Amino acid sequence: MSEENRMTAVSLREKRAQKATTVVGILAAISLVATVWLGLFITPPDEFMGNLVRLLYIHPPIAWVMFIAYGVSFLSTLLYLWPRTRDLRFDRLAGASSEVGVLFTGLTLISGSIWGRPTWGTWWTWDPLLTTTALLFVMYLGYLALRQLPGDPDVRAKRSAVGGLIAFIDVPIVYFSVLWWKSLHQAPTVLDPTTGKTYIHGSMAYTLLLGFVAFTLLFIYLLAKRYRLAGLKDVYERLSLQEAIEERKLEATAGQSAYENAVSAYGPKDELVGQNSFLEKAGSESEIPLYPSHSSQNNLSIRAQNIRGEII
Amino acid sequence: MWRDAFLIMQKDLNIELKSKVVFNQVIPFGLVVILLFGLAIGKFDSSSLSTVGGNLSDAGLLKDASAGLFWMAVTLSAVIGVQRSFAIETQDQARDALRLSALDPAGIFLGKAGALLVELAVLESVLALCAIFLFGMQIAVFWLFLAASCLATIALSAVGVIYGALASGARTRETLLPLLFFPVIAPVLLSATKACEAAIVGQPSSGMIWIEVLAVFSLCYIALGVAAFGSLLEE
Repeated sequence: MSEENRMTAVSLREKRAQKATTVVGILAAISLVATVWLGLFITPPDEFMGNLVRLLYIHPPIAWVMFIAYGVSFLSTLLYLWPRTRDLRFDRLAGASSEVGVLFTGLTLISGSIWGRPTWGTWWTWDPLLTTTALLFVMYLGYLALRQLPGDPDVRAKRSAVGGLIAFIDVPIVYFSVLWWKSLHQAPTVLDPTTGKTYIHGSMAYTLLLGFVAFTLLFIYLLAKRYRLAGLKDVYERLSLQEAIEERKLEATAGQSAYENAVSAYGPKDELVGQNSFLEKAGSESEIPLYPSHSSQNNLSIRAQNIRGEII
Repeated sequence: MWRDAFLIMQKDLNIELKSKVVFNQVIPFGLVVILLFGLAIGKFDSSSLSTVGGNLSDAGLLKDASAGLFWMAVTLSAVIGVQRSFAIETQDQARDALRLSALDPAGIFLGKAGALLVELAVLESVLALCAIFLFGMQIAVFWLFLAASCLATIALSAVGVIYGALASGARTRETLLPLLFFPVIAPVLLSATKACEAAIVGQPSSGMIWIEVLAVFSLCYIALGVAAFGSLLEE
């Protein structure tokens, strides 16, 4: 009974979490549409950049989400490595967050490149910020490749945690590269970190702020989805493994009883005739099927099938 | 820890002395890379020969890029050195023996990194000589070049051993290791190249910042390896 209660509590919590995710997703969609509308139609063009300034409402928020994603990934990696909070959930969170981080790193590079072409006259330049961001992209691609390696979940989690720590070394370098080296890319100027003053026109400021909110909501939505998927994948793997073990066990018992039946029917001296004839007799004449249906096994495969359906 | 490190280092170097795989395969590979860079970038301009005593301009590009090409060749060879270092451990379940040996994991890490360091140092001296002869690399401030090389080699071997251990459990280790190794080593490659360029041009002051960066990276990687190697070996 208590097991059942626990199960219903878990499924209730999961339903609530899914509902919350959907709400965040809807809010993200609304705010993204609002950002696009404000950015393209309401805000004025810039004095120097003209219409190009409209990329301002997208590019910095995307880069911001990139940092948030890697930050979440790093924190959950630390939580996983810390023995007292070691839990595979943190490993899955780190993986999910890095996936979203890689996506947004790619988007940062693309949107920056689109902005760079008309303003700097080139799609790409070997500027410290751009170079370190590109490195970040491939480093976390490597981390995701590392996560794909087969293996025991705990071993895999530990392995990826070490990989994640090494990859994170580059994140502060990216952040400070604008300040450390004299870079083509400008330092953050909208909100001066030293004085806290803003240098931006009213409606532009609000649109930019909305952009940050919209992309952060999008990040939360994607993170929740990927996190859930990672969990389902783990459950699916565990169930398939269990299923395979059950099958082997049943095969073993079927074989064993077939053997016993045969021995009781023909006596042990038939064994001397040869394995082939023995197996033939055992297979054809004994009543026991090789793969008997078994309720627990069926349950397992149905659950595994369901989860497989959800993953796809 | 230090005794264990020394034992492991001795073991790896003994194997290398007996098998000579690094000497016979990895170092020649580095030479091939150096030659290929020369073929790809250096161009032979016959018109420059006709002017007697005129400078051979084709060496100019190679000479300017020599520090970067040298470190690129070192990095490419290092990844093979790392693979070799862990090929030793995958043969005959040596990895399990290592795990059961009750040696300190940090010691194992330091020992393997130390052996790799020695091998890479030999490799670098050979490749540096080649770069001097083939690319016309001239080192004005030798101590700066030496310091940059030492620190970069420490970082290379530390990261190499961490990722070598990470990848060695995987079936796809040959393809996975370069993907993991090169991006992580890129900051080291950059700083080493910049420091060596400063050593070539003869401006020690501009190279010092890169020496500091290299030192920070080496320390980070060593600390990470010492802390995490135990859990990497457990699998």
